[in-house]
Parts: sequence; C-alpha cells; structure tokens
Amino acid sequence: MRIVVPMRAVPDLVEEIELTADETGIDREYLTFVLSEWDAQALEEALLLKDSSGAEVVAVGLADDPEIDQVLYTALAKGADAAVKITYSSAAGSSGSAGLRTADRAAVLAGYLAAQPADLVMTGVQAADDLDGQLPSALAVLLDLPHVSVAVSVEEAAGSVTVRQEFAAGISHELQVQLPAVIGVQSARQAPRYAPITRIRQAMQAGGLREVTVTLPPARSTLIVRRMHRPEETGHAEMLAGSAGEVADQILGLLRARGLVKG
Amino acid sequence: MNDEVSGNVMVLAEHTGKQVSEGTFELIGKARELASAMGCKTEVILLGSRELAGQLSGADIVVCMEHPGLIEYLPEAYERALLEVLVQRPPRLLMMSNATIGLDLGSSLSARWDAPLVAYVSALDVDGRAVTATAKILGGKVLAEVELKGERGIVTVLGGALSASAAQLGGTPEVIDLVPPAGLDSLRMSLRQVLEPDPGDIDISAADMLVSVGRGIESQDNMEIVLELADALGVPLSASRPVVDAGWLPKTRQVGQSGLKVKPRVYLALGISGAPEHLEGMRNAELIIACNTDAGAPIFGAAHFGTTVDLFDLVPELVDKIRG
Repeated sequence: MRIVVPMRAVPDLVEEIELTADETGIDREYLTFVLSEWDAQALEEALLLKDSSGAEVVAVGLADDPEIDQVLYTALAKGADAAVKITYSSAAGSSGSAGLRTADRAAVLAGYLAAQPADLVMTGVQAADDLDGQLPSALAVLLDLPHVSVAVSVEEAAGSVTVRQEFAAGISHELQVQLPAVIGVQSARQAPRYAPITRIRQAMQAGGLREVTVTLPPARSTLIVRRMHRPEETGHAEMLAGSAGEVADQILGLLRARGLVKG
Repeated sequence: MNDEVSGNVMVLAEHTGKQVSEGTFELIGKARELASAMGCKTEVILLGSRELAGQLSGADIVVCMEHPGLIEYLPEAYERALLEVLVQRPPRLLMMSNATIGLDLGSSLSARWDAPLVAYVSALDVDGRAVTATAKILGGKVLAEVELKGERGIVTVLGGALSASAAQLGGTPEVIDLVPPAGLDSLRMSLRQVLEPDPGDIDISAADMLVSVGRGIESQDNMEIVLELADALGVPLSASRPVVDAGWLPKTRQVGQSGLKVKPRVYLALGISGAPEHLEGMRNAELIIACNTDAGAPIFGAAHFGTTVDLFDLVPELVDKIRG
C-alpha cells in the first residue's frame, strides 16, 4: 500500500501575528513557521500503518512553502520512505505558494497524485489558516475518491480501511472505506513520534528529497478578503498583578469566596 | 420572494436521528436574520428522518430527503444528497456547522457545486446583495472579513458564535420532499457501528470546578504538577485538545468542540491559548481564571480574571498554599 501524506508548515501561533500594511493578509516576513499539528498527526497515523502492515509512506510538500525542507526531512527522520517536493507552474504565473488558497493547493497535489497514484492519502484535517476550507475533501473531489475527515484511527482491512470518525461529546462512527481514499486526520492513535535532531541532520546530509513539477490550472478561488484585524475585545479578563505567590493568593481568594477552598 | 435574489438562505440540520443539534438552531436564528435582510426565505435541509421536521419551527421551508442511508451521517451519502438539494433548489447561501460535517463536506461541496466557501465563520452580515463573513483564523488570533460575491456561497460556522434564540419562534414551515439521488445504495463506504464514549471515567461536565491544562504544559512529565493541583483542590483535571491528542489525558477529559461542553462554577485554564474550538466548550463557566504567558492569547477575551505569570511558577505556589 502506498500512502501519500501532504504536509506543510503554518505560522507558529505562539508568536505575535503581524498584518500586512493593507490589512488583507498576514505579514510573513518575521513569522516563524512550524509543522501544522494535524499534518504531524496524519504522518504518525501513516507511520503506524507502515509499522503494522509494511505500507510505503511518502511525505509530500509544495516547494515554495515556508520551511518545507525541514518538514520533509523531519518526516524522513521519523520513518517516511520517501519525500517529494512539488514545484508548480501556473497559467497565471507562479507567485509562490505562501498565499495559496486550499482549492489551489489541492489542484497542485491532485496534479502530482494523478501521475503518482496513492492507495491512501492522509493529511491533516485542517490547518490554522485554511480560510477557504479544508484540504482533504477538496483534494478528494479532484481525484474523485471517497473521503472521510476528523479521523482518529485508520487501520488496514483487505482492500479497504477501517476509519473512526469523531463527532462532538466523544461519539464516533466506525466506517469501512474502499481504497483508494483520502483521509483527513484529527489525531493519530498515539502521540506523534519524536525525531532526534541528529537523525534530522543525517536525513538532511543524505539529501534525498525528490522534486517533481506539475502544471497548476488557473486559480479557482473567488474569496475577496476585505480586511483582516485582531479580534476586538468585547470583554477582557481583569489581570491579576504581582509575583507568582501574590497571584496565587488572589486566585485562592476567588476560590474561597465560592467555598471551593477552605481556610 | 424578490426575483432578483437567486435563492434562499439554507441551513443543513444536524441531528442524532432523534434530536436536532443545538448548533442547528444557532444557524437557523442567523439564517432568519439574513433572509429578512435579503428579502428571501429560510430553508432547512433535513436528511434521513422526516419526523424531526416538527422541531424546526424557525424555518420557512423544510426540505426533506428520506432514505435509510441518510439517518446516520455518512460522508459520501450526505455529500450526494446535499448536492442533489443544491442543484434542485440552489440557495444564495448554505450554512453548515464548522464541526465534523462542515469540516468533512464544506470543501467538497464548494468544489462540486462551484461556490466559494468561508470556514471558521463567527459573524455574518448582508451588505446590499453581498454577504460578508467574518472568519476566526490562526487559532482565533486574526479575524478575516471576507466578501462572498456572486450568486452562491457556503459558510461553515463556529459553534457558540451566534445566538439560538431567534430560531425558537413558533411557526409551521412548509415541508417539501425531494427524491434521493440514485446511487445511495452503491457507495464506496459504509457505517459499521456508532461508538459511544467510554463511560468508565469521571464526567467532567458534572464537576463544580475544573483545573484545565493546555499546550503550555509542554510535556507529559510536567503533567505531574497540574495533577497535584487538581488533587489538592479535589477537582478533576481536564484539558484542551492538544493535550488529549498527545495522549497525556484520556478523551473523556477533553473540553471543546470535539470534546465536552462544560459549565462549572470555576474553570481554571492553565497554558490554554483559547482557540475558538476550545472556547466553545467552556465559555459558559460561571468564573473563568486563565493563566498564560502570552498576554495576547484569545483566552483572556473569554476569562474573567487572568495572569501572565508562568504556570510553572504559579501552580506550585497554589499547591503549597492550599496544602498549607
């Protein structure tokens, strides 16, 4: 079984997000990019399938995406069998993939997958900045494959996969899905494995990112972002000042007033 | 209906087969406002189970499609059925929840029905004939105001973002039955079973107070200090999604959209940034106290009291003082 895992990095949300001067996008110049957490989960679930059934796992990313080499070499260090960097040329001219919408991103990946078909495509259920919708089902439509998102477990079962799809309040559905298929992974059956920095460096020194080029059809997305801004605060917490000990006293005061702490 | 408006405002009802979800009523309430501003009607799509139409009194029209394969949600079946509804009765705007079904079908319907989609929507407005959606992206740190031009569009709306009150108005909607599309019996997937949550653990939704921990705890080894605090207070430890996804606490302890909704008297949030999906699960707590070193974290917009003191300094102080 050949599993392809599309991956990318997104802005690190721990940092302050700056907007562009015209306020229609985020200023990427000083941002740190980190692997999208859901893509990390998708890779882990794919590697678990490799562990149990010997599947071949191929991590793929768009060549113009920020930190993509780091993302793909880390995937190799964790156990992916191959990593592919996709370059695209667009009829409308390439402007880099940083501002790509989901629909366009899906078109690039579909171009690659049409030439190099997978039995299973597993990617993150969502990304922090996918304003125009999520990748898994956008990709599935282009490939005309069945798709399931918000998966929390994917296991092989003779020509198909058994997928657990999660809903609110802990309810989930167990589905039988014919292959080939596209799965949007919410979380893997176990926490994503760790790749020591030495092994990532070894992967980098060995090189081994394959490069392919696809032609991107004209952009389809029609969203018009009028403005981006930080949330206006309708309310804000009253901030407790002082040392850790002083703040602890104030919090305990609040709990004592409600009878939740004695004394 | 104004002839210049191409269609109505349509809401996909989510249900368990017996009960329409609370989120659906939030969507219907907002749909009524938008429909009124656009001079069109509010339609609700009800797949699977026609008898639930009686719960949808806030709608002008309920579009039903009955088929045994639609009683429980199945992505491929729902996608085919919804596409059939969209083709037969094209709305101006389709509203879905930004939970599992919206995450599953938003993009595919956008592509198949050729309509723009805005995800993570927290507000909607009508400006002339244009619909403007405000989306909370980047973990709630940025709001994007997006114009949906043209004659059709899809939004997936965050839970808890809109008020459900307007949807409870009593009325008798017109019920329209549509014939299910061919092919619902020959799908590439099937539902094998519905799994209920493990009842073996503590019910965090019944707790008076919760100590809740997020990504800021950094590692499994550090969980010890928050467990100690929960223990000293005699309350359960809950968590936001990243902590549960990492396997540091069981799923039964997860607060938020894909976990449980809680309403304790006190919610102590430690190292939780406050992504919209988390806020949905705890914003109704009576008192929210948040600890996060990032003064710009969205959690402080929902909390009553906050501190930017490091949780690794604060928690041991709390434990020492409680234990005396």
